[in-house]
Amino acid sequence: MTSLPPPTPKKLGLVIDLDTCVGCQACATSCKEWNTQGYSAPLTDTNPYSADPTGVWLNRVHGYEVKEPGQEHSRIVNFPRSCLHCEEPACVTVCPTGASYKRAEDGIVLVNPETCIGCKLCSWACPYGAREYDQSHGVMKKCTLCVDRIYNENFEPEDRLPACVKACPTGARHFGDLGDATSEVSLLVAERGGYDLLPQMGYKPVNKYLPPRARRDATNTRAEALPKPDGSAFDRLFQWADKVLSPKNASARANEIDNSGKLEG
Amino acid sequence: MHPAYSVILFTTASGAGYGLLTLLALVGISHGEASTLVFGLTSMVIALGLITIGLLASTFHLGHPERAWRALSQWRSSWLSREGVLAIVTYVPALLFGVVWSGLHPAPDLIKPLAVVTGVLALLTVMSTGKIYATLKTIRAWHNPWTVWVYLAFALATGAVILAAITSIFGNFPTFLVYFSCAWLIVAIIVKLFYWRSIDAAPRDLTMGDATGLGGLGKVGQWELPHSVPNYVQKEMGYAVARKHAAKLRKLVIAALVLAVLLMLAALAVPYAAVLSMALALFASVVQRWLFFAEAQHVVTLFYGAEAA
Repeated sequence: MTSLPPPTPKKLGLVIDLDTCVGCQACATSCKEWNTQGYSAPLTDTNPYSADPTGVWLNRVHGYEVKEPGQEHSRIVNFPRSCLHCEEPACVTVCPTGASYKRAEDGIVLVNPETCIGCKLCSWACPYGAREYDQSHGVMKKCTLCVDRIYNENFEPEDRLPACVKACPTGARHFGDLGDATSEVSLLVAERGGYDLLPQMGYKPVNKYLPPRARRDATNTRAEALPKPDGSAFDRLFQWADKVLSPKNASARANEIDNSGKLEG
Repeated sequence: MHPAYSVILFTTASGAGYGLLTLLALVGISHGEASTLVFGLTSMVIALGLITIGLLASTFHLGHPERAWRALSQWRSSWLSREGVLAIVTYVPALLFGVVWSGLHPAPDLIKPLAVVTGVLALLTVMSTGKIYATLKTIRAWHNPWTVWVYLAFALATGAVILAAITSIFGNFPTFLVYFSCAWLIVAIIVKLFYWRSIDAAPRDLTMGDATGLGGLGKVGQWELPHSVPNYVQKEMGYAVARKHAAKLRKLVIAALVLAVLLMLAALAVPYAAVLSMALALFASVVQRWLFFAEAQHVVTLFYGAEAA
């Protein structure tokens, strides 16, 4: 049934912290590893050992460069991108077969690989590029929010998390119920100003992104971090040593802070 | 958007078929039974043949063509499903109309009611094809009020020139049909020009900063792609035709349609010119449909380096 269920009270999803993500790709690789054997498996690769390997991945980590006004250097923001399990996902309503559906009990958006005809229309309807077509199986693949882990009673309770969340070494990925205003993830979103991707599209994503924190000016902090001479006996000893050891023409600059980053020749 | 040839063939062939079917229904309403059995049967076979070739072509791009029947189930929410249902349902009155109108099984009283049902269902099918594209908010060039009219106008224009070509071969070529098909070709030109004007004027006001939500911090640029080889999303949604080629192809479409009008007028003197006119109109229909895909930019391209969408 591709008509949407009534608004689900439970909205399971991810909160992704763009401040702490280091772009290590652990979430992407652990997603690939889990989901190539789980629901809707495998996640096929084509030419995996040749010069041009391609494959189906449910999670991709982009890198963006942000040039902030007044800052000399750009900052890099690592940006994991996967299905946002939207509240109003057009990828579901456009599906002609009912293979694409949103679960009434927890809001997870899934594809039934047994009934998908591989028309690809759902991938056209997604603004976030979350769906990838599996050429070798002729069906669409997407993030399942590890539906086969989070309710899996064969796992210890602490392992009942999406593989990406479990793998993240910096704790940049959080999983929980965003429909519950008192849940840890909802409080985190409220505290850090979590936001929706492309709210203009009207899909009402459940997943939220936490913005990078404000940054100190790197050009100033570097100068401040260096110790200043205080005229003590130790300082004078080191200044003398520096003078003796430095080439003659460089001695005049021995106590200056060099911000150029160049090595003296 | 990547222009899948099966989808281009499907939408142009079945569009022309439904256009022809609608016009044959109009002929049935205004003139009653077909002038000869052979003419009636030939034109019905061509109309339903184009529709059937189109529908079969549309299953070629499916990952699981054997499951295509499942696409008839979600008509409550999906325009693609509605299109499938309408396409199948249209066969019933269309086949009955063909039998009665061609004179295979004369029943003059049934011609009009069957013609009305056939014509309405044929047009609704073309409209739902257009709606599949027009309802996708992710593609600005498709999410446009002109999209459905373009699909309808080209269906009727190509249907009209095919009807003119058939009648020119059968020697029962009425002068009225020349002007009628010229009028539809001109409507197609005008609607397509309005469509292009509309998509060119639509502001591309979403940026990479909007897509990532990082625009508030500063100017956002692409630093590193998530993968070393283009993935499905880039191949399917990232296809873009160069602007200068698009401009040339647009001119080609209009030139072919204008030439089709002139050749149709020439058919007043030399009836077979209508066949050439039909060939040109079908060529223009395919090229404009290819451009419809190739010119359309998907919003996901913002995540992959597009500056605006």
